[in-house]
Amino acid sequence: MKTRRLDNYGKINRDKILSFRWDKKNYKGFEGDTLASALLANNIGIVGRSFKYHRPRGIFSSGVEESGALVTIGSKDRRDPNVRATTQELYNGLEASGQNAFPNVNFDLAGINNYLGRFFAAGFYYKTFMGIPPFEWGRGTAIWMFFEKFIRKAAGMGSASELPDPDSYEHAHDFCDLIVVGSGPAGVAAAIEAAEKKLDVILVEQDSLVGGDQLAENNFDNSRIKNQLENLGIKIMTRTTAFGLYDNCVVGLLERVTDHISAPNVNIPRQRFWTIRAKHIIVGAGAIERHIAFNNNDIPGVMTVNASKHYLNRYGVLTGKRIAIATNNDSVYETAQQLSEAGANVTVLDSRTNLEIETNKSFEIRKGYVPYNINGSKKIHSLDVSKSEDINKSETINCDQVLLSGGWSPAVHLLSHRGVRPKWDYSNACFLPSDSKENITMVGSSRGLWNKNDCIASGIAGTTDALNRLGISKTNYFFPKPGGWKNPIQPLYEVKYKKSRSKSFVDYQHDVTTDDVRLAHREGFISVEHLKRYTTLGMANDQGKMGNIIGLSLMAELLNKEIPEVGTTVFRPPYTPVSIGALSGRNVGKHFRPLRVTPMHQWNIDHGAKMIEVGLYQRPWYYPKENETLSDSYIREASTVRKTVGICDITSLGKIAIQGPDSSEFLNRIYSNGFSKLQVGKARYGIMLRDDGIVMDDGTSWRLAENEYFMTTSTGEAAKVMSWLEELLQTRWTNLNVNVTSVSEQWAGVSIAGPKSREVLNNCVDDSLVVTNNNLPFMGVTSTFLKGNIPCRIARISFSGELAFEVYVKSDFANTMMDLLWENAKKYDGCLYGLEALGALRVEKGHVTAAELDGRVTIDDAGLSKMASTKKSYIGSAMRKRGVLKNNDREILVGFFPTNLKETFNAGTIVCEKNNIKGQGIGRITSVTYSPELGHWIGLGFVKGGLDKWKDTNLVGADPVRNKQMNLKVVSPHMIDPNGERMYA
Amino acid sequence: MIRINCPYCGERDHSEFSYGGDATINYPSLDASEKEWTEAIFFRKNIKGFQFETWHHSNGCRMWLVVERSTVTHEIKSVKPCHPNLQKVVENNK
Repeated sequence: MKTRRLDNYGKINRDKILSFRWDKKNYKGFEGDTLASALLANNIGIVGRSFKYHRPRGIFSSGVEESGALVTIGSKDRRDPNVRATTQELYNGLEASGQNAFPNVNFDLAGINNYLGRFFAAGFYYKTFMGIPPFEWGRGTAIWMFFEKFIRKAAGMGSASELPDPDSYEHAHDFCDLIVVGSGPAGVAAAIEAAEKKLDVILVEQDSLVGGDQLAENNFDNSRIKNQLENLGIKIMTRTTAFGLYDNCVVGLLERVTDHISAPNVNIPRQRFWTIRAKHIIVGAGAIERHIAFNNNDIPGVMTVNASKHYLNRYGVLTGKRIAIATNNDSVYETAQQLSEAGANVTVLDSRTNLEIETNKSFEIRKGYVPYNINGSKKIHSLDVSKSEDINKSETINCDQVLLSGGWSPAVHLLSHRGVRPKWDYSNACFLPSDSKENITMVGSSRGLWNKNDCIASGIAGTTDALNRLGISKTNYFFPKPGGWKNPIQPLYEVKYKKSRSKSFVDYQHDVTTDDVRLAHREGFISVEHLKRYTTLGMANDQGKMGNIIGLSLMAELLNKEIPEVGTTVFRPPYTPVSIGALSGRNVGKHFRPLRVTPMHQWNIDHGAKMIEVGLYQRPWYYPKENETLSDSYIREASTVRKTVGICDITSLGKIAIQGPDSSEFLNRIYSNGFSKLQVGKARYGIMLRDDGIVMDDGTSWRLAENEYFMTTSTGEAAKVMSWLEELLQTRWTNLNVNVTSVSEQWAGVSIAGPKSREVLNNCVDDSLVVTNNNLPFMGVTSTFLKGNIPCRIARISFSGELAFEVYVKSDFANTMMDLLWENAKKYDGCLYGLEALGALRVEKGHVTAAELDGRVTIDDAGLSKMASTKKSYIGSAMRKRGVLKNNDREILVGFFPTNLKETFNAGTIVCEKNNIKGQGIGRITSVTYSPELGHWIGLGFVKGGLDKWKDTNLVGADPVRNKQMNLKVVSPHMIDPNGERMYA
Repeated sequence: MIRINCPYCGERDHSEFSYGGDATINYPSLDASEKEWTEAIFFRKNIKGFQFETWHHSNGCRMWLVVERSTVTHEIKSVKPCHPNLQKVVENNK
């Protein structure tokens, strides 16, 4: 094939020369080129190697259906694999390379695969590893494990960059009355009609220019149409692909903002992921020309007829000198004439014998001829053709290019996304869209209209349909009938070749041959869904845009059925590939999810806190002094709390205001323990169960007044508990007069814990009498003032097991409170303590948190049976008694010590009996810590039967992930101060 | 991409809402038997077509809603507050 640029053709800007690199060599192109047209202009025929057989591949098309010219664009962190050269706009400095080839696409060592084809037939993965005949050697997984790494390396096309993506992506939303997909004659007519009827219209075009297939016309004026559309106020979105349709007329689109620019402004996103909500959708997505399966139909130089027309008239590239065109329909003749006028020697082989065509006779038409074999390997030398009826009388045509047109497939993909199955049309040999009950209308050649006037008429009819459906008008309309060619199409999908070892390709991109389809049939994979999965037909980057129909027709022939009886695979989004970057948009790195900080976040950091994420919250983890490690620090902090006093930010706990005359009754129903007798000025620890009797959350509720409570929840369950309370009040107990309000953000809280906590607090409150043991006994609550007239709520609640208080102030006073408390705590050699020390303190006490309350644990499992009232009914009270939850074999909360106290263990360790170390064992360790109080490692966890069963037994902790094993003993979860003397002090 | 017409906030994207569950369950009284609760909690119809379900306008007014939605097409026929008093308010404001 000799391709060259013609002087008088094309709409490229010849004043603007662009240089680019292809496989490490420099070339030149023009503004307006695609990479494909520039490669063709430079007479580069081989642009890639095929997927399995590593056969040389050229450029097959000029659009999104491309299945040969998949290339890698860019380098280093901007390396983007499997980009269609046919849709990649050329820019100055563009770097591109061929794929799937070593050392390069012209000479590829793996080309040997072409001769090993019989090992790579459909389903070869599955079969090869069933064992290798004759002795079924290597049966099983071992051989797969061995070969896997080689196969993984050989499979796939280009490879993505492993570096972080330097570009940014954006999510955007818009809405309109009517969105029109495709700016061909039909789409433009629809948009204009709608805009004239005062609809708010968005017109979407995947190309950089509006016009659709008209861009391949030699006299098409793109700017005139663009001006007309803009003057009507139509929003035009070019370089934007509507990749999917979703419920309620939502369109997903990808806008390629900077993919065509050599040095994009870093402040502009590379791509925009649009969600557009319309009242009506008109799809004028066009049609895609099919190829024909015959031997060697993939040799570089094979192309669709329409593609060569685009290259000629849009890019000024003549794709061959001696061109053979094989067709079964009328659509090729205009192109044939233009190619011959441009200087090519053209022969048209039309499979039809009866046909009337008016031409200027500048090219030869051979009626009733079909191609059956291409001679050549890296380029076309000649084409073997024969009279359709008699394949024996063959002739050879010398040519350097073969253009194919096996008919046209309307792009019904978007409608298919909505579950609308297309119907087969015999007279046009294609699937046509069915009508949709949703507000979606198909227009133009995507509804099987082959001439321009029909397309325009269908666009106007489509808008009338939209106006009627939207209730704006009641106008009669009709769509032109599908078709529009003078001579009917003659179905032609495959021309068989008798010689063995021929390869005639159905799906170029995955190297699926006609023999693969036959093999699938022989082996019983006859449904289209099985055919697809067994052969990978239609599963590549192009999703079978060209080859699917050929595969279906072959299967239909084998089954002796018609194509519609065989069926069609359902197209799913995306129409063309969407980058992962665009899907994630700005939700990357720190913006992956929202960040929540407490009002004393900065105060904590200023005082040396290292932070840790808990859910969305940043919480102080530990406060290291000088060279302290995490464990140095938390051990010091926990010991300080037990010895003197410590202060901990607990603002992240959920806080809910519960108000109203039925508040007590409400709490009594949601907590498993009694709340009706809680006095004003007292708090109570409570456990909430789910309907099914499993523990949902725990927390405290403080009775501030007769009809007012202040509830705290765990950090992680705060939102869930809030929704749950609202659900109960709004759906189940609608006669309860209670109001719940989340006040989590309004209050800042600290825990001040340790034997000196009362003294510290005493110095901080206005009225020192309020925190005495008498006035504020264990679980007492008071509303009072900190020094400086700061209103606060104090409850004597302990999570650490020490004398402790929770103090809440309005969030604005958080820093003032911290300053005040810290200044006084320092006087007692107190410390600030973080989550790690908090964890150590609570594990020592056997207090459960989310690590234990994991949604599988009952109140009895957690050793909190006393918290389950027997005097009342509450949420979960019936279901917690069901059989499986009362089983003797359930895992019960216990404490763990290593038998050798010098040993350590980790959370996640599986607890096993000594002589039975396997599987899930008899329990698990959920939380571990070094206990400063006891001087060794301790754990909390669960074991079947609990403490009573295993009290004096030596058990084993198996930690296969860390390759560790240790002896364990089970102890009471209340590992220090089991009677709570310190708390009540 | 469902749109739910919240009686308080107006038509909003479903991403503002959280799905609840079957809105037709009559939860038994708290002292009802295990059997009644088992029925209420675990047994669900798998309806093809319109069903009543609860949604929570969690990123909006926080109202719990009864939504009549088709499980086939996502079409929504009706939306009303779960709470009968709120239903009355909505009715009166029509």
